[in-house]
Order: sequence, then C-alpha cells, then structure tokens
Amino acid sequence: MYKLLLSVRYLRTRFIALASIISVMLGVATMIVVNSVMSGFGTEMRNRIHAILSDVVVETNSLDGVHDPERWMQIIREVGGDDIDSMAAMVEIYGMMTYDYRGQSVMKTVQLVGIDPLTRAKVSPDAGVFQNSLDSYQEIKEDKIVVREPLRLPNEPPSWELTAEAMEYRRHHIKLQQEYIEKRKWEQGRAKPEAGASDDDAPAAIVNPFADPVPSAALKDTAPDFTTGQHPVVEVDQAAPQPARVFVGAGLIEFVYYDEEGKQRKVMRIVRPGDDVMISTISAGRPEPVRFHATVVDVFKSGMSEYDSNLVFCNLEELQRVRGMIDPDNNDGAITSIQIKLKNYDRAAEVVRRLQAALPPGLFSVRTWEQKQGPLLAAVEIEKAILNVLLFLIITVAGFGILAIFYMIVVEKTRDIGILKALGASSRGVMTIFLSYGLALGVVGSGVGVAIGLLFVNYIDKIEKGLSWLTGRKIFDETIYYFPNIPTDVSPTMVVWVALAAVTIAVLASVLPARRAARLHPVEALRYE
Amino acid sequence: MPELLSLEPTRRLMQPASVAPAHLSTVALEKYYRKGDHKIPVLRGVEINIRRGEFLSIVGQSGSGKSTLLHVMGLLDSPSVGEVLLDGDRIDDLPQTTRDELRNRVFGFVFQFYHLLPELNVLENVLTPLMIRHSMFGYWKRRREFKAQAEEILEKVGLTHRLKHKPNELSGGEMQRAAIARSLVAKPEILLADEPTGNLDAGTGQEILGLLRNLNEQEGLTIVMVTHDESLARSAHRLVRLTEGRLEVLNEAA
Repeated sequence: MYKLLLSVRYLRTRFIALASIISVMLGVATMIVVNSVMSGFGTEMRNRIHAILSDVVVETNSLDGVHDPERWMQIIREVGGDDIDSMAAMVEIYGMMTYDYRGQSVMKTVQLVGIDPLTRAKVSPDAGVFQNSLDSYQEIKEDKIVVREPLRLPNEPPSWELTAEAMEYRRHHIKLQQEYIEKRKWEQGRAKPEAGASDDDAPAAIVNPFADPVPSAALKDTAPDFTTGQHPVVEVDQAAPQPARVFVGAGLIEFVYYDEEGKQRKVMRIVRPGDDVMISTISAGRPEPVRFHATVVDVFKSGMSEYDSNLVFCNLEELQRVRGMIDPDNNDGAITSIQIKLKNYDRAAEVVRRLQAALPPGLFSVRTWEQKQGPLLAAVEIEKAILNVLLFLIITVAGFGILAIFYMIVVEKTRDIGILKALGASSRGVMTIFLSYGLALGVVGSGVGVAIGLLFVNYIDKIEKGLSWLTGRKIFDETIYYFPNIPTDVSPTMVVWVALAAVTIAVLASVLPARRAARLHPVEALRYE
Repeated sequence: MPELLSLEPTRRLMQPASVAPAHLSTVALEKYYRKGDHKIPVLRGVEINIRRGEFLSIVGQSGSGKSTLLHVMGLLDSPSVGEVLLDGDRIDDLPQTTRDELRNRVFGFVFQFYHLLPELNVLENVLTPLMIRHSMFGYWKRRREFKAQAEEILEKVGLTHRLKHKPNELSGGEMQRAAIARSLVAKPEILLADEPTGNLDAGTGQEILGLLRNLNEQEGLTIVMVTHDESLARSAHRLVRLTEGRLEVLNEAA
C-alpha cells in the first residue's frame, strides 16, 4: 500500500517527473502521428495502384501476345474455379503520342493499353474505381466552386462514346479549322493562282490531323483504302470521331503553371476530349512502325503520377487491328495480358500458384498486383520500418532521461528510504516503489501521448493549415501528391504496441535507480542529511 | 517529583523479570567500520540486558557508539561480532525478510530528526508501518480500523488537530510526537529512541520525555533511549554510559 501511495505522491509532487512524462508523451505522440500518416499514404498509394492493376495479372512474355483469348480465359476459369470473379483481356504495348500545341508537335512516350472499358471496369477492386478516375464522371472545381458538373452519371458504364460536350467542342473546332483552311486557300489562290498543287502542304503545320483529306474513310474500310484515296465521295460528317478512341493520362496532356502573383496553381490542359491525337507504335510480328489517329474520349487520372503520365487506354479491337494482331481467317485478335479479379484477395497466392502450374511457363508470367509492384511497395514498407526505428530511439532517449531523473530522485529520497527500512520495509518493497513510479510515469506519459497523437491525427488538416499560416509556406503541397487532405490510417494494434513499448522502456529505465534504492543501507541512509 | 511515585510499582515488577530471560540483550557485541584498510572499532564488547518494561537510558558523548548500539539492537545494522537476543532467542542472524518483519512488529524507532516522510500528512505518516505490514488488499479491507487506531494514538500524543498537516507545517515538538505515534501504531514491544529530544528546546524536550515515561508506565513498553543529556537520562529506571564502545553501569536509576 505504502508503495502505491508513495509512488503516486512522488509523481504528484515532483515537477522534474513532469519532464520525463513529457518526453515519453512526445515520443509516443510522434510515433503515432508518423505511423498513421505513413500508413495513410501507403494505403492510399496501394489503392491507387490497385485501381489500375487488378488482383492477379497474367501477362504474355512476348509483345505479340497470344491468339484465342477466349480459350485461355476458359483455362483460367477452370483452374481458378470459384475464386475468379471476372477477367479482362488487354493488349499492352509501348508507343508514342503526338499532338499539336501552338504549331509545335508535342511527343510523349506512352504505354498503350488496349481495353474493353466494360470488362476493364469490372476487374477493378471496387465498383466504380475505373469510372472515378475518368474526367467526365467528375465535377471540376476551381477555388472550391464547382465550375462543371459531372458529364456522365455515376451508373453509366464506361464506353468509347464521346460526351455531347466533347462532340460539340469537336464540331466547333473542326468548323473553325475548315474555315481557316478555306481562307488560306483563297489567299494563296489570289497570290499565286497557278500554284494550287501546294495547297495541301502549306497549312499542314498549323492544321490538326483532322484536316486529313479523308478522315471518315477509316470508319468502314481497312488500311489499304486509306492510302489510295479512291473512295467514292460521299457526304460524310467531317466531325465524326476517329475509329480509334483513347483515354489519355492527365499527366500527358496538361502542364502546371502559376498565375502572375506566382501563388495560385493552375493546370492547363492542352488536349481536351474531342481532340485528335496521333499514336505511333509497332506492329506485331516483325516490328514495323504503325501510326493512327485517335480521338480523345476522356482524360484519365488515377493519382499515381507514374500511371497518369504514362498510360493511354485505347479501344482493344482498333489497337489489335492497327498492330496486325487479328487473324484475317477467323477474326481472332491476340492479347498480351489478362487481368483477373478474385472474389477473395486472401486466396491470391494460391490462385497464382495454380495458374502458374496450369499455364505454359514460357508463354505467361502470373503475378499478383503486389508482386508486380513489389519494389515500390517494399520501398514504402522499408521507409516505414526505418522511421519507426528512428522514432523508437526518441522514446529510448526519453528512457535515459527517466534513468537520470530517477537517480536524482533516489539520491534525494535516500533518507526516506532509510526511514521506510527502519519501519520494516523490505528491499523489494523499496524497489517496488521506484518501479511502480516508473510504471506510473510510463502509463501517464504514453496515455497522454496516445491521446495527443490521436487528436493530432484527427485534426491533421487543420494543424497543417495552421502551421502553413504560421510559417508562411505550404507544408503539405497537394501538387506533389494529389491528395486534397493528408491521408491517415490509425491502426489500433500499432497504437497499443507503441504505448506498451513506451511503458516498458519507462519501467526498464527505472530498474537501475530502483535497485540502487533497494540496496541502500538503512543506517547510512538515515545518517544522510 | 510525581515521577518518583509512579516508579515504585514498576520496580516491584522488575524483580521476577530478572529470573526470566531479558527482553532484549546483547552478548559481546562488537562493531567495526572499515575505512580503507583500517578497521575502526565502534563497539567493543557490549553486554547489556534490558528487562521487559524497563526504561533504559544510554548516555555517551557523540562518537561513543550509542547510536550504533541502538541500530544494532534494532536490527537496522548487523554486529561484526556478538549476538542480539530477543527473549533469549538470537535475532541478528535471521534472514533479511524476518528481520524486516521484526523491525516492523517488535521495534518502534524514534529519531532525533523525526524522519517523517515529507510527502505524506501526519495521519498517513502514522499509518506507514501498518501499510508496510499488510498487503495492499489486506490494508484496503481494514483501512477504517487502522485509521481509527492511528487517530486514537494521535489523540494520545495530542495531535488530533494536525491530522491532515504535512510535516513541514508542524513544529519540532509536534513532529516528534507524530514520529512517536508512528512508532506506536504497530503496537511494538520495544521502543528505541535515538536522541528524541536532541533537536528540541528544553521545555518541549521535557514534554516528549514525559510522553515516553507515560508510555512506559501505562503500557509497560520497554524503552531504550539514547541521549547525551544526562539530566534527561536520569529520569529513566536505569542509566548506562557508553565510553569508546564500552559500557559502564552508572546507577540503577535515580
């Protein structure tokens, strides 16, 4: 009883003990905040990666792909059995995207992914993830005011159809272009009436690819017709979109600038839905360059800059056709990858193992999305582990603080220890006083630390704003991450472990002083004045 | 002097007690302290028998070893040579935990500098020996009984009005009374007082001494008091002088 009473009294009457409590508290709070923010970032990043990659990815080792995707999917369905939720066949290939900007052509290397939007949307981990990354399903805000409502309803399945707005924009744009060409022709005709032959070349640098003499030709006919130009002149819609449609990554077609004051961040989109871009890639079989025009249907933004500045989704059949992947005999297109969504991701490793055994090993590689993104995810994990070690050192430092302070208190309390022993307290009892004192310090310190840490995490955005205002510079710059808020993820296990570790360290730090106190000779202690 | 009258019955009691083993006694007690290679003798063969219910005074100059003798008898320190006997049984070689318990149950200590715990109030200070004796749960169950016990003793020493005061709010005499109350709460058999009046003015010293005498007479408590003030020491039944670690018997009380 006296042990408890005394350790509580010492806690209440020693201000120096407050220093140890504060150091434990700060250590615990920091660990909780940093861990929560880091795992918040980690989770957010995983979600974004997972939105692009479905649970299991089956890829062919060759860029030419394999024919008869139905047969392979049948095999996968048989092997995977009930674990398979849905599948999407795709063609992945490197390419280049070219578009005009102020008379210059801008060229970007891209990763072309031929998809069927419907099946692709189905293999996303959660319903609507794929749609949510497309621009036309989002509202656009400027300075917190909605400047554009979503163009498509959330339940509308993703497709290659242009929205009415994009179509309108396209018509208007092409009309302007044609007027411009007519004007140029007329001007040139006046200057050099005989030199009509050079008409086509002159505006080429300014005019967009839709100025192509037969833009609609490719609609129904195959490539050879395209070159002959012998198509019968039918009245066609000049503004009809290209047969190839794409969703382009936002990072490929926009650039960031700052307004005159240099404060407000603005995004400039060079290409908008309805514009045409030119895609170049290589054909299957013997690699030959192929290029085609494609109409941008939507802009795609996953939040992972690696994807947003690389990916271009294209309609699968068109990509297969351009690359010559379609077998002319039976109209069977080859594919290079199959993405699989599982009913339960916990069984991914098992499914991967079965698929690896069932599919010809030279032809396919089967991986979970985590394995495919292994190095990136591992880097985040390692980063977190190292930070934890460093932060734990902070708590250890607090532990040494407790050690020093306790030694001081033991010296200060030498006489009282002598008294207690004279009254019959055992060495163990005296030791218990200081151990429970350490325990009390640890419990109070980590308790308050947990509370502060959780409050900090809860109000992190407000705190960030306050700190930004105080320091005059943005602490959490959303241009670096796409997060509007700082993502946090508090794991109860982590909180419990941190608190336990802090308490353990406080108790361990009090062991040495407590032993010293226990060993004090009562007579020597009483003589101490 | 009123004390003289009250001495008579105690003396008569002493006669049969000398036949029975002494309450507390020492046999050829020696104590050395080591300072480097030197052995500094403090006690050189002290033989003393204290009868049950006796009030013994030990006088001596400072450094004569009287405090050490008290500590050794009270099991706060162990002798280098010799034995300490309680009711004829040797107690100085008992295991540490048993000696801790004997200190708690048999001996009560009163010190010159009161030695109250500054964080606790008077009542809590007095309760400390009981808290030490009982487990947390055992104490909790009987806390009302213990509190009443402590309050009764504090009333006896005249501190009822100071229960909730911290030691630093008390006068020297009050602190010493609180210390005596603390030493009594565990109902000891032997009270060991080390210069209990050493830090008090003459009047207060007399008060404290009166308190001790009353305890001795009314409760039959065996008291060993160490002092350097012979005039105070004379009010005990028996007076012994310690000179350079040896005992010389002066007189069988005043």
